[in-house]
Amino acid sequence: MIEDPSIPLLDVNGVTLQYKTRDHLITATYRVNFEVLQSDRFVLLGSSGCGKSTLLKAVGGYLAPTEGEIRLKGVPVRGPGPDRMMVFQEFDQLLPWKTVKQNVMFALETSGKHKGRAAEDKAMQYIEKVNLAKFADNYPHTLSGGMKQRVAIARGMAMEPDILLMDEPFAALDALTRRKMQDELLDLWDDTKFTVLFVTHSIEEAIKIGNRILLLTPHPGQVRAELSSVARDCLLTDEARELERRIHNMLFVPETETETEVSHA
Amino acid sequence: MRSKEVIHQIVSASEFGVIQKKLSPWEAVYQISALRKAAILIVLALIWEFYARSVNNALMFPTFSSTMEAFYTGLMSGSLIVKAWTSIEVLLMGYAAGIALAGLFTVIAINSRIGTDLLETMTAMFNPLPAIAILPMAMIWFGLGVQSLVFVLIHSVLWAVALNTHSGFISVSNTLRMVGRNYGLRGFGYVGKILIPAAFPSILTGLKVGWAFAWRTLIAAELIFGVSSGQGGLGWFIYENKNLMDIPNVFAGLFSVIFIGLIVENLIFRTIETRTLRKWGMLN
Repeated sequence: MIEDPSIPLLDVNGVTLQYKTRDHLITATYRVNFEVLQSDRFVLLGSSGCGKSTLLKAVGGYLAPTEGEIRLKGVPVRGPGPDRMMVFQEFDQLLPWKTVKQNVMFALETSGKHKGRAAEDKAMQYIEKVNLAKFADNYPHTLSGGMKQRVAIARGMAMEPDILLMDEPFAALDALTRRKMQDELLDLWDDTKFTVLFVTHSIEEAIKIGNRILLLTPHPGQVRAELSSVARDCLLTDEARELERRIHNMLFVPETETETEVSHA
Repeated sequence: MRSKEVIHQIVSASEFGVIQKKLSPWEAVYQISALRKAAILIVLALIWEFYARSVNNALMFPTFSSTMEAFYTGLMSGSLIVKAWTSIEVLLMGYAAGIALAGLFTVIAINSRIGTDLLETMTAMFNPLPAIAILPMAMIWFGLGVQSLVFVLIHSVLWAVALNTHSGFISVSNTLRMVGRNYGLRGFGYVGKILIPAAFPSILTGLKVGWAFAWRTLIAAELIFGVSSGQGGLGWFIYENKNLMDIPNVFAGLFSVIFIGLIVENLIFRTIETRTLRKWGMLN
């Protein structure tokens, strides 16, 4: 898709994000840099309050950086658009007044990607990919949480966006469904090699889903490290456990202690 | 002792019959809400009939059967139908205009802070003001015609509908808003395709409340200020028959008001609700 491979698909450069609450101006992230390449499964990992979701929303175009720039295929991001499809954590992200198929088709038709018959075919193609063909004419309220998330993923993927933005899509699911969904997402990736920016607060999930992991520390969110994950067939090995331990230490062992030691020395 | 692993074979569902017992006929009938409500109506009619017979004073409280008789005669002679239609015609004009204005107010309100403040202030001021209270002024401004009735109807519909629609828009979840914008929707497309369906539970409540307010206002206005533009409606029918001491006809008029109310609630609004909110699972 990209002509010049030296340009990253998504370039987040020195991005500071701030938002206002009723009486505070909050800095969510401070000068964050990272690059996502074509077909990356790029994970933003951090505990709550590290601004990872805010960062994802900024990539989605819902929030403009106060400093720095976000470029998609070299073009600065200005406002939301169907080239960056969001998958949210909340189950209510499906339009309740539309069936599964209509939900996917609505995205395709309103964004002008496909019309009529073509939209329907494209929608069914992706609904089949997430194994929900039997439920294509069901309304969302008749589906389980996991199925709703699969529809949301199908909807995102059917749009064939440049990048899929997933905001803790499995966080509200039970542990068993969650594991299943992670496997399914990876199978889908094997199938279409889509690029995804995935936000999570679970180290385990980050290692499993991602090929690159960006660690963010909280208040305000700053990049602590950018790591490569382990190969997918090494998930249960010592290598994965070692990575998990390293990430855990980088996120949770207080940096301030080591810093004060240094300053006293 | 417990260290041994135990793994069981799972019996497949096809190997045992799914236990499903049919409801008894009585239970099945009881499940149908229309029948339950019909039963309530019959009981109420019976109570009415027996009480009226015990009172035995047709001028104070006519029986259900004599009311029905008057109602039937009114229907057959066409006078009740003409009166009811006169009322409904005026009502629909006021209702439609009220809804249109409410839509306009709400669009202004969701687009700007000051618009929101305007709507909130106006509803706070005018919603508690009974429409009947402004009818005398309306008659001075617009004369004794349909216009003044439509004016007070607008007043009684507008604020209820605007208030509900606006609160519905406000409570649309942030996720759905973001989903809509993700598709590149903005302006009227965004309002029409995301906000209105998402806020539909509140909008429908507003429409129902607005309808009830309008109906009450109209009947009261006709009762108090009598005929307008040459031909009276149901309120006028009630008033006229009271003056003639034709009490069964008064009751027939009242019954018509109730009857139309029931039809609108149970047929029109219920059908809309079943086809939308219930189907979408947006009603708890």
